Amino acid sequence: MQTLVAYVENKPGVLNRVSSLARRLAINIDSLTVGPTDNDQIARMTIVAHTDAKGGHRLEASLEKLVDVLLAENISERSLLERDLALIKVKADQQNRPHLMELIKVFRGRVVDVAPDSLIIEVSGTVDKIDGLIEVLRPFGVLEMARSGRISMTRGGDLLQPPPQEQAA
Amino acid sequence: MKLTGAEILCESLTRLGVKDLFGYPGGAILPVYDALGKSKLHHVLVRHEQGATHMADGYARASGNVGVAMATSGPGATNMVTGIATAMLDSSPVVCITGQVSSKLLGSDAFQEIDITGITMPITKHNVIVSRAEDIARSVREAFVIANTGRPGPVLVDITKDAQQASAEFDWDAAVPKLPVKRKQKSYDQAEFDRAVELLNTAKRPLILAGHGIMVSGATKKFAEFVKAANIPVAMTLLGIGCFPADEKLNLGMMGMHGEAWVNHAIQEADLLIAVGMRFDDRVTGDLRTYAKTARKIHIEIDRSEINKNVPVDAALVGDAREILEQLEPHIVSREHGDWLARIAEMKGDSAVRDIQSLPDNGHLYAAHVINDIWKETNGNAIVVTDVGQHQMWEAQYYHHNAPRSLITSGGLGTMGFALPAAIGAKFAKPDSEVWVVAGDGGFQMTMCELATIVQEKINIKIAIVNNGFLGMVRQWQEFFYDKRYVATPLVAPDFAALANAFGIRGERVSNRTDSINTIRGAREYRESVLIDFRVEQEDSVYPMVPAGKGLHEMIRRPNNPLVETATEP
Repeated sequence: MQTLVAYVENKPGVLNRVSSLARRLAINIDSLTVGPTDNDQIARMTIVAHTDAKGGHRLEASLEKLVDVLLAENISERSLLERDLALIKVKADQQNRPHLMELIKVFRGRVVDVAPDSLIIEVSGTVDKIDGLIEVLRPFGVLEMARSGRISMTRGGDLLQPPPQEQAA
Repeated sequence: MKLTGAEILCESLTRLGVKDLFGYPGGAILPVYDALGKSKLHHVLVRHEQGATHMADGYARASGNVGVAMATSGPGATNMVTGIATAMLDSSPVVCITGQVSSKLLGSDAFQEIDITGITMPITKHNVIVSRAEDIARSVREAFVIANTGRPGPVLVDITKDAQQASAEFDWDAAVPKLPVKRKQKSYDQAEFDRAVELLNTAKRPLILAGHGIMVSGATKKFAEFVKAANIPVAMTLLGIGCFPADEKLNLGMMGMHGEAWVNHAIQEADLLIAVGMRFDDRVTGDLRTYAKTARKIHIEIDRSEINKNVPVDAALVGDAREILEQLEPHIVSREHGDWLARIAEMKGDSAVRDIQSLPDNGHLYAAHVINDIWKETNGNAIVVTDVGQHQMWEAQYYHHNAPRSLITSGGLGTMGFALPAAIGAKFAKPDSEVWVVAGDGGFQMTMCELATIVQEKINIKIAIVNNGFLGMVRQWQEFFYDKRYVATPLVAPDFAALANAFGIRGERVSNRTDSINTIRGAREYRESVLIDFRVEQEDSVYPMVPAGKGLHEMIRRPNNPLVETATEP
């Protein structure tokens, strides 16, 4: 698995170009997240791809050839912080609810919605941690699940900033 | 100054230095054609939009400048796809301008509406849809910059009909390209450079692999200096032919699937490969597991995504070939490669014995003789534009090119039908040069409608059809790998000479070796286009051949008596 961060032009079609490129290189994307940066012309992507280091290099270098990609960096070998966010709707009745709450607490999740027969749990953290919570919730009955995909950032002074853009006229 | 979008487009193209463009009108591009009529631009009416893209491509390859193709929306645009992909795979700077339905109709499946930017996304360097007249000048300028900087490639600009019709202020100075500011490409550090110098100076059996990038970078002069300073022999890729004169002693010829035997053996015996502006395509390397096992590798390449893609290298110098060669040259210390050059000469001598040119005339006309005759008669000074297949490989083997950009051929995509339209484009780029088409009877039939374009434009091109009655390269594979089961390769063709006459072009036919030279001479003396139908040996094969998946040293060589082993009476 390879993790890449890319800064791209925030305009229509760019996501398509990025995902189409991965498809053309026959690289399967595990997760791809896009969000705004403090410059509204620029968006930041975290791409997690099913490939080896060679594929990661190829994806990075090929991404940078796209006119709309300002910077692409394979950060797989760097010291990283990785976060995934999940909303999990799980079956919960009067009997097992206290037990559930205990488990959620261990995983530092939060209950964000309560209904007579179910709960929605919000949890964030590494993929392993979220996978772990889902595993223990499964016996209760997971009704629905939404995961954000991974966002990643290199630690400390290892900065990845978009190149400064010229001011639009 | 207020102009319509269509007028802005024509004015912008003129200011960008465009003189000729190749296209076909239709509903969604009509406003532009109306403006074209009032401009100084010369529009070449093609017979199929694929031809327009190949012409723009041929124009670009012959000149190094951007070639422009134009078409209407829908089928006009989709007909361009093959030509765009051809330009993409061979890094050719082409700008395609397509009309699009009005912006309010986008997404409605309107008549002749197609998502051409979506379709061409993976086969263009960049593409863009323009739906406001005021964005046209900048978009076209940006397209030209993108197409012809770094590693060149095709760019498509799709302009909606309402943008062509609307009026906007035309301010050329304000419409400067405003491309996103990208991070500077990762290049190489001093340690990498030092490693390359060390390899260069310690190698005993070095070999340079020269590619298309040398021409693109404008490095041919520098490259020749470098080669002579280092005294290292040069092998060329198909698209690299012309980057270093064939007359030079250090030029060994073409490498790869149909490369010269001594070149492929030299690659397998070398202790250092210096790859310049080439990308280790599978047609060049053969089986990667056995490729150049004893050689270290230096890769000089502008496109970082090509590094370690197919062949892992020991030193990668990412950047412009000319600049890097300039930096490397002063560091050359060792230039003693006498033993190595002697070893290559020995292998060369062995191959010459098998060469068809060295065999006695048996009364049959071989394609190799035809190419050799054209080469001799044109003194090697023509621009030769080939199609794809056996004749293409024979051209590469037997026409000895001295000048850069004098061989124009579809290498990466291998597009049949390329030759005739690309030659028309090349002729517009180099009107004073002698331009020859070398095509097979199969590929020529794919785009022969462009003969009418030649006549309408009154241009002078010489066309040699190497006619063997087969889709020859496919037939060769069937002979070698499918036990001579010739399925769908025997090919009926029209009487090409009579066909040429029907178009208003002089047509000739040659069936034996003695008539070949005279007919070529006559065609050259004639002031207008001439088509010559060369009826060559039907079942001749291109040798040597590295079968797909085999190592470079595992070539199939020409049988000592080709007549006995392959020929049937024509």
